[in-house]
Amino acid sequence: MRSLTVNAALAAALLLQGCVTINIYFPAAAAEKAADKIIDEVWQLKKPGEPVAPSSNVPQSR
Amino acid sequence: MRIENIARLGWLALLLLFAGNAWAQANLEVNTPAVAALQSSMQKRFAELQPLYANGAVGLTRDGFVALRDANAVPLAQRQQVNGLVAAENQDRSALYREIARANSKPEWENDIRTTFAQRWIDKAQGGWYYQNNAGAWTRK
Repeated sequence: MRSLTVNAALAAALLLQGCVTINIYFPAAAAEKAADKIIDEVWQLKKPGEPVAPSSNVPQSR
Repeated sequence: MRIENIARLGWLALLLLFAGNAWAQANLEVNTPAVAALQSSMQKRFAELQPLYANGAVGLTRDGFVALRDANAVPLAQRQQVNGLVAAENQDRSALYREIARANSKPEWENDIRTTFAQRWIDKAQGGWYYQNNAGAWTRK
């Protein structure tokens, strides 16, 4: 009974360690998305079909 | 009974960890005041750098920075100023990569972030700009 508890605790500890290890991997896709967002801002690139550009909205309202 | 409870708690912990992990994989935190400040500083500098990218004086390096590629494309009187622009841009870029890693509590990701940016800067560069290919040779896009 006691060894069962110990085993269960050990198994849980190993599993938890596994999860923590997974989290160390670099999220490449998320990083690309973040990079794209920042680069678009810095280089003032507009994604086609995205009506976010304030510069094109201002002349229209005048 | 006790073991069952422990098992239940274990599963709950696992689920929470996976959920947190999945979220961390899907998003990289970049919405910090420091990132915003660096972004706006680089955006302002881009007005001065753009003609230098266009005439090939400055190119994008394969490690996520910029470099003076062809000093002859810059009049002698302006070389000092261009060197200053390149140095300031690289300082901002370096700080940006470090800050994104720090904002995600993963300082060890700084190099991976820099490498990702290096690729995306080059991918998004305009035609005619110069970049370093994988072998380090300057290539015209």
